[in-house]
Amino acid sequence: MQTPAPFDYERATSVEGAIEALERLGAEARIIAGGHSLLPMMKLRLASPEHLIDINDLAELSYIREEEGMIKVGALTRHVDLLKSDLLARHFPLFRDAEEVIADPVVRNRGTIGGSLCQADAAEDLSAVCSAAKAFVVIRGRDGERVVSMEDFHVGPYTTAVGAGELLTEVRLPLFPGAGSAHEKVERRAGDWAIAAASAAVWLESGTISQVGIALSAVGLTTIHLTRAEELLRGKPPSEELFAQAREIAAEDCAPMADGRGPVDYKRHLAGVLTQRALRRATERALS
Amino acid sequence: MNITITLNGEQVTHDVEPRRLLVHYIREDAGLTGTHWGCDTSNCGACVVLMDGQPVKSCTVLAAMAEGHEIRTVESLEQDGRLDPVQEGFYEKHALQCGFCTPGMLMTARGLLDENPNPTEHEIRTAISGGICRCTGYKNIVAAIRWAAEQQETAHGHR
Repeated sequence: MQTPAPFDYERATSVEGAIEALERLGAEARIIAGGHSLLPMMKLRLASPEHLIDINDLAELSYIREEEGMIKVGALTRHVDLLKSDLLARHFPLFRDAEEVIADPVVRNRGTIGGSLCQADAAEDLSAVCSAAKAFVVIRGRDGERVVSMEDFHVGPYTTAVGAGELLTEVRLPLFPGAGSAHEKVERRAGDWAIAAASAAVWLESGTISQVGIALSAVGLTTIHLTRAEELLRGKPPSEELFAQAREIAAEDCAPMADGRGPVDYKRHLAGVLTQRALRRATERALS
Repeated sequence: MNITITLNGEQVTHDVEPRRLLVHYIREDAGLTGTHWGCDTSNCGACVVLMDGQPVKSCTVLAAMAEGHEIRTVESLEQDGRLDPVQEGFYEKHALQCGFCTPGMLMTARGLLDENPNPTEHEIRTAISGGICRCTGYKNIVAAIRWAAEQQETAHGHR
């Protein structure tokens, strides 16, 4: 039987209260939301926090809305709500692509976007999705908020820019015209982690790619931001030749490890192919 | 810590450790052993119960997190000697062999039909994709849930 090590439990009744509890309880306190990453780690004793602060009652952190030229997603928004949101699917269809294949529907009833991003597991899909979509996250502490890009948010394996006494409260997706996006994933069986996955978003302006985001899941110690491929594509008209070049870069710039899901050369090949497919589909969507 | 949960429509209070998982709370503290404890890793779905009407894997929820919420287990399906349509469907379509996955499958099916009374085969397959049946009886499970959906439709007003 897997059981977490003992801990104290309390429920936050406000965002301020959660931040206050994090400060009061110190380094051995953790936020718990959906719990579908943290509890498995606690059961395996890979994590042994002494205090859990449950934020599931903070309904004010669960929303998807368009405001100030962006889509704002509350940190406590669950996978099921991300999947069902027509607003999100209309502006950033890569979210629905990803949510259809993240874990299974029962797990998606609990897991949250904030939890997924803060877990910062390189194999997790939403980190790549948010990176490709050029998202920003809002991190709140006692002294106020700061807004951080996904590149600055990802500090290392399982490590983010969220510091002591801080809480991720919102994901911001800026809206620009000509957007299209897609997420491509290959898994061994329904609901499994990716063997590899690629997220791409493009923004077209008078026939050229004005902005582009590409990120990979499960092929490195962290989410891979394909900045070299982004630089190549930016300012050029989209074409199959260009996507084939991005495919080569993706295969080169990822850093997969051999495991039960496949050897290194296969994963590199897959990362390339999925990057190409994601770019192709993102562009089709931008043009439609 | 003391937690109060509405379990199958009845308010119950127990003194539990914060680390008590909901599945063990249901089976050992509340004594309802219909919910099965399977893989322990949120993969198999044998422990699925409804939390505020939504299917959740009770091995990956703390009992403390269920405080103040409504939990429905497989024991709540049969009412006054009358089986729930999903239970009848599993009987009619022979949707179980060893029966280990069945409580989770039944509650997942109940959650699906409450939200979507007329699911397609694809929607049923997606809904139960978080449950593993090692007797490989998926075909009959899908048929059973479809049967229950049709039964509910004809018996309009039932449940």
